[in-house]
Amino acid sequence: MDFDLTEEQRLLKESLDRLIGDRYAFEQRKSYGQAPEGWSREVWAQFAELGLLGLPFAEKYGGSAGGPVETMIAMEAFGRALALEPFLATVVLGGGFLRHGGSADQCAAIIPKIADGSLTLAFAQTERHSRYDLADISTTARRDGTAWVLDGEKGVVLHGDTADKLIVTARVGGSQRDRDGVGVFMVDSKAAGLSRRGYPTQDGLRAAEIVFSGVRVGPEGVLGELGAASPLVERVVDEAIAALCAEAVGTMSAMHELTVDYLKTRRQFGREIGSFQILQHRAVDMLIALEQARSMAMFATMMASEEDAPVRRDALAAAKVQIGRSGRLVGQQAIQLHGGIGMTMEYKVGHYFKRATMIDTMFGDADHHLRELARRGGSVVAA
Amino acid sequence: MDLRFTTEELAFRDEVRAFFRSALPASIRDKLLANKGLAKNDIVTWQRILNKKGWAVANWPVEWGGTGWTPVQQYMFQEELQLTPAPQPLGFGVTMVGPVMIAFGSEEQKKRFLPRIANLDDWWCQGFSEPGAGSDLASLRTSAKRDGDHYVVNGQKTWTTLAQHADWIFCLVRTDPQAKKQEGISFLLIDMKTPGITVRPIVTIDGGREVNEVFFDDVAVPAENLVGEENKGWDYAKYLLGRERTGIARVGFSKERVRRIKELAAAERVGDKPLLEDERFREKLAAVEVELKALEMTQLRVVAAERNRVGNKPDPASSILKIKGSEIQQATTELLLEIVGPYALPYQPEHDEEERWNEPPIGPEWAGPIAPTYFNTRKVSIYGGTNEIQKNIIAKAILGL
Repeated sequence: MDFDLTEEQRLLKESLDRLIGDRYAFEQRKSYGQAPEGWSREVWAQFAELGLLGLPFAEKYGGSAGGPVETMIAMEAFGRALALEPFLATVVLGGGFLRHGGSADQCAAIIPKIADGSLTLAFAQTERHSRYDLADISTTARRDGTAWVLDGEKGVVLHGDTADKLIVTARVGGSQRDRDGVGVFMVDSKAAGLSRRGYPTQDGLRAAEIVFSGVRVGPEGVLGELGAASPLVERVVDEAIAALCAEAVGTMSAMHELTVDYLKTRRQFGREIGSFQILQHRAVDMLIALEQARSMAMFATMMASEEDAPVRRDALAAAKVQIGRSGRLVGQQAIQLHGGIGMTMEYKVGHYFKRATMIDTMFGDADHHLRELARRGGSVVAA
Repeated sequence: MDLRFTTEELAFRDEVRAFFRSALPASIRDKLLANKGLAKNDIVTWQRILNKKGWAVANWPVEWGGTGWTPVQQYMFQEELQLTPAPQPLGFGVTMVGPVMIAFGSEEQKKRFLPRIANLDDWWCQGFSEPGAGSDLASLRTSAKRDGDHYVVNGQKTWTTLAQHADWIFCLVRTDPQAKKQEGISFLLIDMKTPGITVRPIVTIDGGREVNEVFFDDVAVPAENLVGEENKGWDYAKYLLGRERTGIARVGFSKERVRRIKELAAAERVGDKPLLEDERFREKLAAVEVELKALEMTQLRVVAAERNRVGNKPDPASSILKIKGSEIQQATTELLLEIVGPYALPYQPEHDEEERWNEPPIGPEWAGPIAPTYFNTRKVSIYGGTNEIQKNIIAKAILGL
């Protein structure tokens, strides 16, 4: 058992830290966010150059065959940077569907383009009524000859406004909340009948509401097993949860550092406010929440590749509970301890707070996962 | 990064588990499972079984009877003790005064005391806290005045755990009343049979008799019982308390508690279904399990970091073990209390060595110790440096505030 990074992983972390240092100062981030797409193509090209966009993929597709640890390293760095680029949407989610559900032809056609930065993806899953239930799908896919025709609406599709292709869950059988009868389709975002309404999210990223009306998908767009794709969806989402946990740890550690620095520099009543015990204890509470979250992000990373699906699901659910709770505490205290300056758009800490808050709403918040864990009689302790 | 245990580590764990299963007397295990107190003899018996196996002082250097195990193996040994559950070796000897003697004591002290600690021939207790020196430990006033080849000790210690069984007490005493308060303290070993020592029990809110007041009235202590240098006792105490913090998370213990909670809550009915299926109860339990898993991972991070550790600086993660570990222990006793429901009320003193209460149990046979355990477990966020003191330490040592 060890928590050490390998030499290659250490190098990856160092090059990421350098890139973030060079390209992701707070003011630079602001300018990327003001671009029409809401993120920087130039930075994306640098990610590709560094091999980040091929991290989890097989070498024959232009990847570097990394595992969950490499993804964790990247996501934690992106959390600290508050990176705006569609790494989660394209590499973790989109790439995850290809890795676990793609045929050799599909992988050969798509993955090299992900790795070289020329193609982005997004995962269109949430519907207005579905909240965090992955199987609650009313979008339908109807067979028409060898093709499939999609009808329905998807919402809050992260980076769905700029993605070249969308990975869409749709119902091919069963009723609205059945785990059976789910299909996953890869659709060109310029396909006829597909319309998108892009918008900024609270945390400075981008998302889209997407309408599918009679969108045709050929057989080459079917991912995984039609009608039995729920295990695929759950697996990819579990990997995304692990990645989000790492990103959240990045945001939390940044908030904690900023706050402790502020406590050491801000003076009131003739002394540093960090000399007040009540504020010291809050900073320690933040540290405890951060370290517990870091531990669970590591646990999530370890369990993301677990083959036993129920064990994996409980583990990732437990991690997401911890991340959600820690994120709340660290974020709220970071703002409180900064006082007024924490409330301003021009200061960094509030942006971390917003990202940490929004991470909780992605793929199940703390209450959702706690309820699910309790319902299943979770066995995280024994794991 | 590979968070799985190696095949060798798992084999080691199996070996430890198998030994504990076969060697621990069932009567002792049953008491621990039922949250009942152990008699002195139970603890001595188990310690001697461990000593025969060579595992009594696993954490010590090999030359003094230690095992030379890796940090992971040490962790597994502790974890298995707690999961079995088996008694912890008496900490005052094995994790406190023993390591202090090994680090700072004289050769004579080591030869004289260490083997007797390993075999629990000597029962040690800890004389740190005083009525006026709790969180502010350095303000202690028990004095030791040099008089020829003796120190003469006067004063009072309190919260002295299991002093009623003790043969020896290690004390922090003031040897230089003029010095700055941390700099006038020495670390003294005192035979409990010395004339002038009086032990008086303090009954805790659960009705238990774990802790005592110890009074010293002109107690003559041979000068050779001073550990290390005079007036350096505070450094030794800090060394000791630093070691105490890593053992204090008690993850295995809380895991065993969670198992017990599930067992009892599955048997206890609410209306037409087991309490374990009550949504609200289950969510509270799941929340504790998540915290516990996180703490386990944090503890493993600390264990893994031991290998790479330079000097005596604690890992930042280690400082949170005491705080989180105590909170989780308390949360598990709250859940147990909720399981019992109205049969938490009957006060049923424990069978102990001095005072036998031989009435048949009132209500479920397992209910008696539950409320007392809840009351008693409030102590875990107070002893070993309160959680608030821990936060002061973290703020200063780790955050630099």
